[in-house]
Amino acid sequence: MESKNYLEDISEIKTMMSRSSRFISLSGLSGILAGIYALVGAALAYLKLNAGSYYYDAIPRSGYEKLEPSMIADLLSIAVGVIVLALLTGIVLSMRKAKRSGEKIWDVTSKRLVLNFFIPLVAGGIFCLVLLQYGIVGLVASATLIFYGLACVNASKYTLGDVRYLGIANIVLGLIATQFIGYGIFFWALGFGVLHIVYGAVMHFKYDRKTV
Amino acid sequence: MSIIENINKAFDHRIRLGIMAILMVNDYADFNMLKELLEVTDGNLASHAKALEKVNYITVEKQFIGRKPNTRYAATRSGKTAFKKHIDALEKLIGK
Repeated sequence: MESKNYLEDISEIKTMMSRSSRFISLSGLSGILAGIYALVGAALAYLKLNAGSYYYDAIPRSGYEKLEPSMIADLLSIAVGVIVLALLTGIVLSMRKAKRSGEKIWDVTSKRLVLNFFIPLVAGGIFCLVLLQYGIVGLVASATLIFYGLACVNASKYTLGDVRYLGIANIVLGLIATQFIGYGIFFWALGFGVLHIVYGAVMHFKYDRKTV
Repeated sequence: MSIIENINKAFDHRIRLGIMAILMVNDYADFNMLKELLEVTDGNLASHAKALEKVNYITVEKQFIGRKPNTRYAATRSGKTAFKKHIDALEKLIGK
């Protein structure tokens, strides 16, 4: 009987340690959905870039050509749309998961997670706008992937550790993409689309299914 | 018998264990954070925190944030060592 109490003590200690330092209600399903949005977004952007380019390729292969301002606006609004949808889905599904397992959604751990995730991400976002400003369009895809990867690596200390691998994969992909300027959109689809779907599926089966 | 000696009486309660566990992985925690995580009443938490403070396992820092009083807790070095010993002893006892 005594040893059963000790076992409870140990598990209580472990729960408190992880619950107080990491936000563990991150939903896996939202990762899958975010990946799908990204794929749809990439497809839309691809169609947009190739629309009307009957005899010339609208994708700037050199990476220095300027896109039409209206094209940039369209692409930006697709990107923003994807991000907003993905964030909303992530928030709603994580709230649901938190509710189900009796965790709080907006506590010290989630605040810390959000803050640490957004520091590299905001820096990256501003940097990409600067790239657009100077017309270095070809490096935007790489930069988004690399900064997003850094954000994930940074955030992984405050949530499920697996986010780290998603981050590292995105950084590597972003660096590879620097050598294939003009194909940014494919790397984008791979990084934000396929990697998210794989990550989300792994998380879903590893964590979510168990708690249901 | 030596294992039993390492079982620390000061940690002989769920709430005290919880407080120490949280302070092992966080530099500090304030009263409300502990209260939310441990799901205990104010009085209960205060008395257990006091017990840990008495044996110098945690430090208490009272300050004002704006007009609100805020109490911050942090584990001391001796608290951390004692807690580690306690966990080791527990794990040995359950034969891990």
